[in-house]
Amino acid sequence: MSITSIFSIALGAILVENFVLVQFLGICPFLGVSKKQDTAIGMGLAVTFVMGIASLVCWLVNYYVLVPLNMEFMQTVAYILIIAALVQFIEMFLQKSMPGLYLALGIYLPLITTNCAVLGVVLLNTQKNYNLLESTVYGITGGLGFLLAIVLFASVRERLDASAEYPKAFDGFPVALVSAGLLSLAFMGFSGLKVW
Amino acid sequence: MDALLPIFLPVVVLGGLGTVFGAVLGVAAKKFAVDKDEREEQILGILPGANCGGCGFPGCSGFAAAVVSGEATTNGCAVGGSEVTALVAGIMGVEPEDAERHVAFVRCSGGARSNRKYDYVGLDDCFSALNAIGGGPLTCRFGCLGLGSCTRVCQFGALSLVNGVAKVNREKCVGCMQCVATCPKRLITKLPYSSETRVGCNSHARGAAVRKLCEAGCIGCGICVKNCPNDAIRVEDNLAIIDPAKCHNCGICVEKCPRHIIESVVSVRAEAKV
Repeated sequence: MSITSIFSIALGAILVENFVLVQFLGICPFLGVSKKQDTAIGMGLAVTFVMGIASLVCWLVNYYVLVPLNMEFMQTVAYILIIAALVQFIEMFLQKSMPGLYLALGIYLPLITTNCAVLGVVLLNTQKNYNLLESTVYGITGGLGFLLAIVLFASVRERLDASAEYPKAFDGFPVALVSAGLLSLAFMGFSGLKVW
Repeated sequence: MDALLPIFLPVVVLGGLGTVFGAVLGVAAKKFAVDKDEREEQILGILPGANCGGCGFPGCSGFAAAVVSGEATTNGCAVGGSEVTALVAGIMGVEPEDAERHVAFVRCSGGARSNRKYDYVGLDDCFSALNAIGGGPLTCRFGCLGLGSCTRVCQFGALSLVNGVAKVNREKCVGCMQCVATCPKRLITKLPYSSETRVGCNSHARGAAVRKLCEAGCIGCGICVKNCPNDAIRVEDNLAIIDPAKCHNCGICVEKCPRHIIESVVSVRAEAKV
């Protein structure tokens, strides 16, 4: 477990295997909450937060409960359960002890419960046989990759709104999807990037 | 029995996980319960729910919390007006404070009547235009760029572009003042609803300069000052300013202004009827 491998995981999660633009996970909030940069940042931070904690907790449950009982085949179901409960718990905890953070993330937290990027990251952690530290790092940096993608996309959409020089038929979601595709193409440029 | 284990074990384990999580959440709900004042919920129910931020608090829930904690007065909600003020005061058990209704006003009537340095081709956004060469296409550095950044922030559809200049619909405007904060030229001000005669210019340039720059600019000639029967107008820094407290909306200045930039709601209405 060296710094290099941690850095390699981080780089992979943020750029090379960006959750939204390369693995196409979490597309729903990516398209839904990206009309303004402010909301995009809020959503991105909330996803980062939940992905990090979910990776940690799911690894613990997988390692100490599911694996000893030979129940790996129930991982998906168990993870969904964990994420849903975890998000609820975090929301309550934040509301009481960190009202500032709660206000900042408030609306976005419940939305994340059903975000497939969160489920995706914990399943990938298991698939790649990451240990506790690697899982958590992958979760947090995967969230940062989501944050990067959604903020970039929100700024693209803001500019599109300001200067609508595309055919009228493309107004709204079509042009958003086209620009999301172009952004995704740009991220293809990172494929093959590796750290030794 | 061994054959049934793979079926029962997951049920037990997942059921156990679910029970544990449920218990933890139940305890957490009690432990982390946030004491909320009942009145906060009630006030939130009355508020318009536009979350415009015109009160200076983050959304309607922020305002409700601020009223209960005493940080805000009951008349803080501009959107709800006197009705909401009365209801909120009722919940709080205090006398309602009177709130004079305020509306936004764009202090420029240039638009198509103002001169341009060049044709601006770029984003339909006042901030972008302001960053273009020479601070934007307008020759007058005070005037409305007419690209409608304010019309897009208005949640109530009260702002629109008329002849290349933003205009406020007084009836739709609720006084949340989002546009005031947005306009990069700080052209939009808050005026009492009762103030019906307004100077549609914000130029502090000298008269001779204004004549060259814009056909709809105040040259500070003072004709309105001389003709006002109520001493409500003064010229300050080459710009006529009407004091809403003294103005009786007689409309004499509207007729006398050689530049036709003082506008009256009354005259607009008369025109509309014709």
